[in-house]
Parts: sequence; structure tokens; C-alpha cells
Amino acid sequence: MPYASGYFRTSYADDLSLFETRTRVVLLGLFLALLCLVPLFASAFILDLAIQVFLTLIGALALMLLTGYAGQISLGHAGFLAAGAFTTGILFKEVQAPFWVAFPASAAVGGLLGLLFGFPSLRLKGLYLALSTMALHFIVVYVGGEYQTRRGFATGVVLDPPRLGTFVVENPVLWYFILLGLDIIVLLFCVNLVRSRTGRAWVAIRDRDVAAEALGIKVSRYKVLAFVVSSMMTSLAGSLFSYYRGFVSVEAFSLFTTIEYVAIIIVGGLASILGTIFGTIFIVLLPYTIDMIANSFAFSGRFTTYLSAIKYGTFGLIMIVFLLLEPGGLVAIWQRVRDYFLLWPFRYK
Amino acid sequence: MQIIVNIVVLAALYSLICCGYVLIYRVSRVLNLAHGELMALGGYFLFTVTGWIGAQPVLSFVGAFAMSMALGFVVYFCLMRFMTGESVFAAVLVTVALGILLRGIMTLLYTSQTWYPLQLMALHNAAHTIMKGMVISTFGIVAILSAAALYAGLFLALRFTRWGLRMRAVGENPLLASQRGIALHKYYAVSWALAVFSGGLAGMIQACDNGVEPNLFIIGLKAFPVVLVGGLDSLAGVIPGALIVALAEVLAIQYVSPEASEAAPFFVLLLMLLIRPWGLFGTKEELDRV
Repeated sequence: MPYASGYFRTSYADDLSLFETRTRVVLLGLFLALLCLVPLFASAFILDLAIQVFLTLIGALALMLLTGYAGQISLGHAGFLAAGAFTTGILFKEVQAPFWVAFPASAAVGGLLGLLFGFPSLRLKGLYLALSTMALHFIVVYVGGEYQTRRGFATGVVLDPPRLGTFVVENPVLWYFILLGLDIIVLLFCVNLVRSRTGRAWVAIRDRDVAAEALGIKVSRYKVLAFVVSSMMTSLAGSLFSYYRGFVSVEAFSLFTTIEYVAIIIVGGLASILGTIFGTIFIVLLPYTIDMIANSFAFSGRFTTYLSAIKYGTFGLIMIVFLLLEPGGLVAIWQRVRDYFLLWPFRYK
Repeated sequence: MQIIVNIVVLAALYSLICCGYVLIYRVSRVLNLAHGELMALGGYFLFTVTGWIGAQPVLSFVGAFAMSMALGFVVYFCLMRFMTGESVFAAVLVTVALGILLRGIMTLLYTSQTWYPLQLMALHNAAHTIMKGMVISTFGIVAILSAAALYAGLFLALRFTRWGLRMRAVGENPLLASQRGIALHKYYAVSWALAVFSGGLAGMIQACDNGVEPNLFIIGLKAFPVVLVGGLDSLAGVIPGALIVALAEVLAIQYVSPEASEAAPFFVLLLMLLIRPWGLFGTKEELDRV
């Protein structure tokens, strides 16, 4: 996105480049270096938080592509996550599949589900689509739960950590770097996808599907494609989640999980990759922040029993506040602040 | 034979709940996904009022009715009023967020324990034998009767009173209605109050039958496939929709597994969306509106 002070692109190469100025490349490089240094200093708890952010980011980006760019509302995100996690879990339990089989298989199952649920999107819009994806969520979770009870894994399926030969990914620091790398790949994929023909077609469909069709965009194909891409990414995230936790259970995929992901893209900013990153960090850290505040005040034991209810309430409240007062999300705030300092001391308005 | 009774009682409960979904949707084109929580709150209101005034069942029901209606007005004027004219998705998300907030508040106030208002009222939920092998609880009968009364009342009110006419006008075309001098916000608020009242009534009956706990909202969530089966904008469609969904659910419990009953309404919903997305009695134009 162009700077507040002007639009300086003068060649096609500029249009294609990922970074606008050298300063940005340097800053981003420094930020990355900083991220790489984190495991050296961070405690196990902070490392776990960072890993959670990385894991959630993949699923959140997938939902952002689907809802923010393609304009297809989904309330079945946890269903796609569960599909990935359960594919991994079932493959592991039934045929002892290694991760390099379970991983693509999860993506394939997710893609298939996305294809299946892309088709209703050709007939249904808005609310009706959201409800059909919500139905998908309940059905996937039911199938997962049925598998658990039938096979006698009532509490959940326990997974071994992924291994390649003698190399086992168990150490949190290792997880951190692998997920950091994966996140960078996913981010690059998203950034490039939304600038390409596909991304522009999605935006056109989102803004007015009839006009998009008139422009020569195959609406049906791009709608289904959006579902397939999004659900594949989400299932991969679900698979990663289950490997990291070493555990798959339907309890982890409630409707609340879906709402958490929706909250991420609302709080962050609907059609923005940067916003999704902000939103992910915000929503993942929110319950821990509340914990921290409660601990720092050292309330009595009675208070801690209320803590989960307070977290719940705060979460709902924050969603309402953002929807009512700042529909642009955190990224809009960030842009205002940045523009203010870029133009300082001259105010544009 | 018992299955038939179970289906009818469940369908009556669903009709009570879904009346709220349809009322709000018909009038303001908002799908209220906080309805389950509002319903559970109805049960809690009954419990609270009974706690205050002791064993006076009629009074405590009246008090809880009033509180439910007031809650509907409060929700509309403090929150949903700001969402009129916003996109459908944003409005739906606000109700989702409201639901989460209410769930938090409920757990804060009442903990996650199950409360039994019936005990406080010193009443018994006696079982009655209608025929051989057909047993129905008192509050099952209450559910059926109140669903019938509510629908008859709504039908008469919407058809024959001035307020009903205005409410229908607002639902049909808000712009024209407001041009003719109808106060939109008033009728939106009334629809919310009525919806929360009917949902709360379902919550109270459920609370008397099985006790009230925060997870009661799940029944509200399971009820919305009913609305889609019947047609989102059709009050008349709710009753056949409720019967179909209740049938699917009871049969799933009987012949598949208890867990399947959680997913059965959503199977029906998906089937309906594939065959006839606008529902049994809904209008087809509704699909393009949202």
C-alpha cells in the first residue's frame, strides 16, 4: 500500500516488487532477526505463546482470504480445522502414517471438504452460506466424536511427535523455528495470491458478483477456488495443531473456536494481511493478559473461579466494541497512527 | 408410542424458541444468534424471581416474563439499534458477540451449576399417562399449550391489530414504512422484546423441566435449523419445521446414537439448503436479500 505522502511507483518492476523502499527491507530483516533471537531469551511459557500465535495465524489467514478477500462468509472454520486434525489423528492411529503422509492427506481432505462446501456457495449467499458452513462444522465434529467413541479414544487421540528417520520434532525451540518458516511461506503465498489475478478476481466478486461476471471472471470457479484454498490451509493448520499438542479431541473444535477466528479477522481488519497478524496476536494473547492482570492484583481464590467467565465476557465485549466503534479493526488504528507520524507536524486534515 | 409424545414436546419447545428467530428476522432482517443465551436467561430470571418472592408460581412467572421483555428492549436500544442499516454479517456477528458476553455474565452470576426453580416453587413435575405407553410430563403439556397459545396470539395480533399491521409493514419495506410515519425503532424494539419473551418462555419451561445451566443455550442453537427448514421469514413454517427437525432428532437418538442427535438438525438443515434453500414456506426472493 502506498505511503501517505504519495505514490512513487515509476516502473512495472516497482509494481511487482514486494517492498516499496530499502528502509522497509532493512526494517523487516531486523524484525526477522529479532524473531529468530526470541527463543534464546524467552521462557518456555512465552515460547508456547509464540508458537500458538504462529499456529493460529495460518488458520486466520485462510479465513481472511475467504471472508476478507473473496467475501464468502464462513462459520465453519473449526470444522475445517477439525477435519485436518482428525485426518492426521486417524491416519496415525489406523495405519501409523508418518507426518509426510498425514500432512498432505489432511490438506487433501480439507480441500475436498472445501470443494464440497464451495458448491453451496454458488447458490447461497451471505447468511444462508454462513449457516450451511455452520452445519458443516457440527457434522464434522459429530463424525470426529463418533470415531472417538467407536474406537474407544473417549478422551482423545494421542499422537507421537512428527519424525523423519531419527530426527524428531519435539523441542519447542525447533517447533518455533519450523513454524516461523512455515508462517513466512504462508504469508508470502497470501501476499502474492491477493496481488495476482486470483486475488483481484476475489475482490471483484466480493464487491459485486454481477459486475465481476460481466468483466469475464468465472464467478463459480473463483468462489469454489476460494473455499478450496482456504480449507486446505485451515486443515494444514489443524494438522499442525494436533502434532504440536500431540493430541486430537473434538472438545478443541467447538463453535467458540470458529468465533475466535472470526473475531481475529474482525479485530484485525477484514481484508488485510497485516491486520490478521495484529488480530491473531491480540486474540491469542487476550486470555493470558487477563490472567496476568488478575495475578498481578493477587485476588483471592474465590476470584479465580470467575476468571474463565470473565475471559468469556471480555472476549464478547471486545468483539462488540470493535464491530460498533472500529469496523476497520486494529489495522485502521495502526494506519491512522502511522499517517499521523509520517506527516507530522503537518496534519493533512 | 412414547416417541410421538417426545417428538411433539420437542417440536413445541422448538416452536417456542424459533418464534423469536423468525420475529426478529421478519421485522429487521437480523438473524439473532444470541437467542440461545437469551433463552437460558429466561430460565435464570424465573429462578431469580422465585428466589425473591418464594413459592408463588404465577407471580414468579409473570415477573420473569416482564424481565425477559425488558431484556429484549434493553438489547435493542443499547446494542442492536446501532446495527440498523449495517451489513447483515456485521449485525449477525454482533449478536454472536452478545451471546458470548451473556454466557460470561451468566456464569459469573449463577456459576456453572444447575439450578432448579421448580424446587423453589415447591411444585412437582408430575408425569401423566395419556394412553398405554404414552407418558408426558406436566411441563411437556405446558410447552405444547403455551406454544399453541403463543402462535394463536401472534397470528391474531399480526393480522388484526394496528401494531401487527405496522410490524408487518416495517418488515416488508422499512423505507416505505418510515415514510408513512411508522417509528421504525419502536417496532424493531417490540419485535426484540417479543422474541426474547418467547425464547425466555421456552427457557423457563426447560428450566422447570430439567433445571437451568449455562449450556442451555445449545438448545437454542440446535433450534435454528428449524427456522431454515420452515423458511426464515415465515412464522407459519416454524411448526412443520419444528416437527421435521424434532422427528429427525428423536429418531437419531432412537436408532443411531445419542451423539447423533446433536448433528441431526444440521443434517436436515443441509438437506434443506441443497433442495430448497428458502425453506418450506419462505419466499424465494429472501435469498437475494441477504
